Amino acid sequence: MENQSCVKIINEWDIVAARQLGRNVAKDLGFGTVDQARITTAISELARNIYLYAGQGQVCIEKIYDGGKAGLQILAADSGPGISDLRQVMEDGYSTSGGLGAGLPGVKRLMDEFVIDSEPGKGTDIKATKWLR
Amino acid sequence: MNSVILNYIQENKDQIFNEWIESLKENGDERVVKVVSDQVFNSTSYEFIDVIIASVKNSTEEFTSRLSDFSEKVVRLGWPLSFVTKALNIFGKIVFQKMQGDGLVNNENQMDTVFEFDRWMNPMVNEMVNMYSSTWERTVSMQKIALQELSAPLIPVFDNITVMPLVGTIDTERAKQIMENLLQGTVKHRSEVVLIDITGVPVVDTMVAHHIIQAADAVRLVGAKCMIVGIRPEIAQTIVNLGIDLNQITTKNTLKKGVEAALEITKRKIVKVEEAE
Repeated sequence: MENQSCVKIINEWDIVAARQLGRNVAKDLGFGTVDQARITTAISELARNIYLYAGQGQVCIEKIYDGGKAGLQILAADSGPGISDLRQVMEDGYSTSGGLGAGLPGVKRLMDEFVIDSEPGKGTDIKATKWLR
Repeated sequence: MNSVILNYIQENKDQIFNEWIESLKENGDERVVKVVSDQVFNSTSYEFIDVIIASVKNSTEEFTSRLSDFSEKVVRLGWPLSFVTKALNIFGKIVFQKMQGDGLVNNENQMDTVFEFDRWMNPMVNEMVNMYSSTWERTVSMQKIALQELSAPLIPVFDNITVMPLVGTIDTERAKQIMENLLQGTVKHRSEVVLIDITGVPVVDTMVAHHIIQAADAVRLVGAKCMIVGIRPEIAQTIVNLGIDLNQITTKNTLKKGVEAALEITKRKIVKVEEAE
């Protein structure tokens, strides 16, 4: 598909590749520097979660159009251990890896729309969208 | 059987060569065909045929060494691997088709010939791929070392004031190095104030922030003050959005402001020298 490109996350450097891709697409769509930074940071968080918790997965960046609006959608998917308590991971300061615990709630704040879907033992799908204003 | 193929190549050397070159130019990679001059292209291709023919006359060992010499040369020319393997494929195909045309391959020995071809072509392709991958591996490991060398220097700028400029992506490996260099340097230079400059860090996510906070905490433990400088406006916004708490750390917009603040902390200032009479 022309509007979607994906990066497989297998090692730490793939995170850099994913956010480079995101930055390019964001630039292409005409996002400003602040939104570019927001988008790349969000991708970085999501890709790092995949790398840290699921081992591997993929991040797809898609240009989406809804009516007159254009936007960028990040799809992060893995088939890792999944998340048992979605409410808990969306709380600030909750982390199982000794990190800051700001990742997922942070991504939600960085982006306009945020949908998380996870089943323990099956994996996690996250869809985050930023609209061009 | 092997020698039948090789003898055939030797006898029809020029014909095969011309057909090969033509087919390469038609199907070849544009990056190679257009950029490389005809002369280099022809001479390299010709050399390859010579290498193959040499294998008839010489022992296997000599052939292997000549083949690896040749592969090295091709690698140095910088031709893409996909092009080289394709060229080898085409070469094999041409020879096979010509032998078929001349009646050297018939229904009876077809399978044997195909196997012989495989046995003859595979080592050459393998050698090429090996040469390429080992060159790449060498380059990557060299770059890794080079990257490590410039990864996290600690620079004393004034007495008791040191700066660590960070440029590029921070991964776990680098974060460890930053911490080590920072602490060792702080003690070694007897720094009172350490400035970490993140102007060159493209993305500050929670992991990078976490590492920076830890580094600042550790610096505080060895008795110095840590300041984060070079926070660009867009980075400031993402840090706030992420909800990262940097309240414990002094932050400044630019390195310049950071140095001024550091001088203030160490009770010094920069004054303009009065012009002498």
